[in-house]
Amino acid sequence: MKTLVWVEHEGGALKDATLSAVTAAAKLGEVHLLVAGEGVGGVAEAAAKIAGVGKVHVADNAAYAHALPEAVAPLIVELMGHHDAFVAPATSTAKNIAPRVAALLDVMQVSDILSVEGDKTFTRPIYAGNAIATVKSNDAKLVITVRGTAFEKAAKDGGSGAIEAVSAATSGEGSKFVGAEISKSERPELTSAKVIVSGGRALASSENFHSVIEPLADKLGAAVGASRAAVDAGYVPNDYQVGQTGKIVAPEVYVAVGISGAIQHLAGMKDSKTIIAINKDEDAPIFQVADIGLVGDLFTIVPELTSKL
Amino acid sequence: MKVLVPVKRVIDYNVKPRVKMDGTGVDLANVKMSMNPFDEIAVEEAIRLKEKGVATEVVVVSIGPAKAQETCRTALAMGADRAILIQTDETVEPLGVAKLLKAVADEEQPGLVILGKQAIDDDSNQTGQMLAALMGRPQGTFASKVEVSGDTVTVTREVDGGLETVALTIPAIITTDLRLNEPRYASLPNIMKAKSKPLAAKTPADYGVDIAPRLETLTVAEPPKRSAGIKVADVDELVAKLKALGVAA
Repeated sequence: MKTLVWVEHEGGALKDATLSAVTAAAKLGEVHLLVAGEGVGGVAEAAAKIAGVGKVHVADNAAYAHALPEAVAPLIVELMGHHDAFVAPATSTAKNIAPRVAALLDVMQVSDILSVEGDKTFTRPIYAGNAIATVKSNDAKLVITVRGTAFEKAAKDGGSGAIEAVSAATSGEGSKFVGAEISKSERPELTSAKVIVSGGRALASSENFHSVIEPLADKLGAAVGASRAAVDAGYVPNDYQVGQTGKIVAPEVYVAVGISGAIQHLAGMKDSKTIIAINKDEDAPIFQVADIGLVGDLFTIVPELTSKL
Repeated sequence: MKVLVPVKRVIDYNVKPRVKMDGTGVDLANVKMSMNPFDEIAVEEAIRLKEKGVATEVVVVSIGPAKAQETCRTALAMGADRAILIQTDETVEPLGVAKLLKAVADEEQPGLVILGKQAIDDDSNQTGQMLAALMGRPQGTFASKVEVSGDTVTVTREVDGGLETVALTIPAIITTDLRLNEPRYASLPNIMKAKSKPLAAKTPADYGVDIAPRLETLTVAEPPKRSAGIKVADVDELVAKLKALGVAA
């Protein structure tokens, strides 16, 4: 089987999510990559070095600059003429594009897979991760999105893929990129961090988030996350959100501070290796999934913890 | 401009789903069902567009069992004008739903179709994108802000790194994210009024659409359980644990 993997990139750099998708694709067969964008020569070179990669298709054109699905989907459909599966990491960009590709190919997409069980058989979470379905596709071609935290990342070097330019097919009609507002952070990226410190509604204010959560995160070299309640209350921007409707993370250590542990939040972090919960309510559902729990007031515990590290 | 809003009847988001012992699915017998939360946001946005004078009519459509009629009535009580129920007892996949919705859109000719970004039962996050593809129309997914001016709709989208704004030519397809709005509650008088609003009953056959499933569900299982954890008494003990885990020096 020949797979075509969507390469996620930003600011001229390859994003880690791609590496997990490559691992999943390699379980299906030969791995080809697609790098689409404007001025993506550097990304293509980096992509060609990923271990196990065959051909790297490069579509370098202003029409693909912002990965608008109206422009990119027809390009992918054209390339799918000689590939058997389209594999993409389950990022917001790929979740936007992949179903459009699937419908144009008249196939059902398999979303957010956790494992490859066979040529056309996969497992995926349903009901916010409360059940795991094993599904088999009966379509001629596969369109799959991959949950990044469920697959090891392919090595960034060791490969020697051949770079091949793809001629631009179409421009995205009816859709125009206007602008973007990207949150700035010097901490590790949430989805690839080894350690995450997350805060919930109990923080009570944006100031407390800065003065209580962030120093602890910095001491641990951790990324900062938040529950939906904290995001909705405006304590932090929404790209901090961990959960069914936010980011799905699986770090080595997840520290949940003042988070009760609603189903929607657990869906985003319960695959973390070790979960530590700090909460004053000893009956909070978070303690049912936590490996290590500490009951008490976060406003005294967290500063004390930070100072003792 | 007409706005079409597809809504889905799903297990209520507060209910913890239980996997059936025989591994064929999730037990939905005698479980509270509600409108998919993202669809409530879609209905709310459509009604707000009508209140602003942008939309002239809000039509909701649901595909599912006879009981999905309740979901349609809920949307009518919120303020939608009329409903279409495409009744089927089969499970219809996003691709099938998108094909049925395209058939409805061909008839109704809406300026905007507003869907939820995903249903909280199958968690697919596909239908809106698929509908846009089948209709050959632009898409604004994961919308947190929608502004219509003339024949353009400007959509602010929630993306991994923050926000992104796109301008789409109408007709267009939009899918809602949680922060787009706060859906209203239907008042009792409006619930009563909704009972007399028109609801057209259809079947997939009326639209001549093949909805045979492409994916076969082999089994549905419980996720692996986490083993019971421990509680520590104080910060010093927690620091020791963190050091043992190798995340603190």
